[in-house]
Amino acid sequence: MFKIHNRVLLLLVLLLAAAGGVLPFINHAANRLVSGEPMVLSQLPDHALLLLILPTVVLAGLTLAPTRRLPLFLTLFIAEAMFIAALVVMGETATWFAHEGSSVARTSPGSGLWLGLALCLLICADAINRLTPKALWRLLLNLQIWIAPVALLLSGFFSDLSLLKEYANRQDVFDDALSRHLLLLLGTLAPALLIGVPLGVFCYQRPSWQSSVFSVLNVIQTVPSVALFGLLIAPLAGLAKLLPWLGAIGVSGIGVTPALIALVLYALLPLVRGVVAGLQQVPRNIIESAEGMGMSRRQIFWRAEVPLAMPVLLRSLRVVCIQTIGMAVIAALIGAGGFGAIVFQGLLSSALDLVLLGVIPVIALAVMLDALFKLLISLLEAKQP
Amino acid sequence: MIEFDHVSKYFQGEAAVKDLSLTIREGEFTVLIGTSGSGKSTTLKMINRLVEHDEGRIRFAGEEIRNFDAKALRRRMGYAIQSIGLFPHWNVAQNIATVPQLLKWPKPRIEARIDELLELLGLEAAQFRERYPHQLSGGQQQRVGVARALAADPEVLLMDEPFGALDPVTRAALQQEIVRIHNLFGRTIVLVTHDIEEALRLADRIVLMDGGRIIQQGTPLELLANPVNDFARDFFGRSELGLRLLSLRQVVNSLRADERIAGEPIKADLSLREALSLFVDRQCQQLPVVDEKGEPCGVLHFSDLVRGEHASGS
Repeated sequence: MFKIHNRVLLLLVLLLAAAGGVLPFINHAANRLVSGEPMVLSQLPDHALLLLILPTVVLAGLTLAPTRRLPLFLTLFIAEAMFIAALVVMGETATWFAHEGSSVARTSPGSGLWLGLALCLLICADAINRLTPKALWRLLLNLQIWIAPVALLLSGFFSDLSLLKEYANRQDVFDDALSRHLLLLLGTLAPALLIGVPLGVFCYQRPSWQSSVFSVLNVIQTVPSVALFGLLIAPLAGLAKLLPWLGAIGVSGIGVTPALIALVLYALLPLVRGVVAGLQQVPRNIIESAEGMGMSRRQIFWRAEVPLAMPVLLRSLRVVCIQTIGMAVIAALIGAGGFGAIVFQGLLSSALDLVLLGVIPVIALAVMLDALFKLLISLLEAKQP
Repeated sequence: MIEFDHVSKYFQGEAAVKDLSLTIREGEFTVLIGTSGSGKSTTLKMINRLVEHDEGRIRFAGEEIRNFDAKALRRRMGYAIQSIGLFPHWNVAQNIATVPQLLKWPKPRIEARIDELLELLGLEAAQFRERYPHQLSGGQQQRVGVARALAADPEVLLMDEPFGALDPVTRAALQQEIVRIHNLFGRTIVLVTHDIEEALRLADRIVLMDGGRIIQQGTPLELLANPVNDFARDFFGRSELGLRLLSLRQVVNSLRADERIAGEPIKADLSLREALSLFVDRQCQQLPVVDEKGEPCGVLHFSDLVRGEHASGS
């Protein structure tokens, strides 16, 4: 009689219902230091409740629909609408509390809301993946979900949320952190590519060197990042003392220099491995026939090996980027700045909103870069089987 | 065109090719045949210096090949291999243009050459130029591979088991194609294979190799009719030797032209092997023969099949 066609959707909808029914929707605290009062969904006004429950019911109904184009579009549309509705309710509630209470009162999303938002995005992503295999379309469909939330954010609709209050208080710090974080990323990628790519090519051309190079890089990778940051402090401080001109250009035991050195060292293993793996998977017969046609070693490298190794190289570059963005947070411990500084400040003063203010942009950066690389790789691979 | 003069090649002290002397004449279709490990591929690759020989001399167009720049030498020779080795990130036109581009041909000449070659290999230019290798069937890929090898009008075409990975029907079609191209341009072709039927079908001259040495060389008929030793006899299939001989001869060489009988006729250009099959199939002793115009031109007697070349004719 009834047949469940979309089991993934069913699971997500069940989780969604559970998150809404059991977990707190919004936390409200008198100030940022005390722990807040959780507020569950049923305490919301009726129209807000309807806005959240109705889509869940429709989504539950859609699990019975066959996974064809129309039901999938409907699923995407409704999950997206629900995502936006939840954000709107969140903003509204925060504004309402702001009018009620004092200006130091803090309203923040509860675990139920966080989970609900994430589940909505998962439903959207699942529907998009079933709708089209084309990477560009997937990216565009995923991007359009964010149009309304970003517009709401820019219009100041969420400004009564504690997270944005923290942002308003520290806008300068936030902007500095963003530029510093991007600097750490680019400052890591450039030298890592400059060292890693030639090293990978060298390892590919001289296989006898591979195992020794990889074992060194492996050892580096196994050192915990905090330890490596710490280990670099003493030698760099010593070096800067010994050669004062190094200190003059900004080299010291703490700060950006040791952070960049450590991040580059961590980036090398995935990068070199990607270069070697990419070059190694170029089929022998292609190189043989290129040689047989009279291409020079250099021509074979640039015209055949490099383009054919590029997708694998980009894949490892994607890993390196995301890894660097994440690790740069920890680099704040040795004074490298970036979003990590905001995170640790929040942790030390047990202000969760401050932690989130540091973490959310890091996640957003990572997700955006990841999507960009996916698109690049799929465009490259569209030409190759 | 190509001369091997007491050439040897060692891999890790083992001789892959030992004291090989061979002359490949201009315009000749030479097939190197042998079991795997016989040194036939190594011999082929020594011609374009993908493998450098250790002893002896190899001459191309009268000159020692070591005197050529390896890349320049290879660009004068077409090269096609079994796994084809098309560049997956280049489309058909770009693949074919590889060597002309290396030789810095002007662009219009390259474009015209691509169209000409695609047509020669039976691929419609408009349809195939822009396709990528993974969008082609195995047979089409190998056609493009051959077109690429022929692109810069090479003096010699070297082919290393070019049709080995294809299904029998596609293989036969491409074999016909290569014979047609050979007849059309009279280019020197050296082809390596382990497939006896392919060698018999294609070769002007077969070079049978084993253990890095030449066992026997000659026309297909010579090798089948007079195998020099047991290895050659075994290689060409002891039990099928007769059938293979028959497949090299045509009905027209064995018919009795002054006789006429009634019945469903066979064509004069049929191979004797196919005629034998028809004798058995129809359970008869004589078959009427017609020429290409359909006019009766004689009778084929079953007993004449076993007599061989000297007994044929009227």
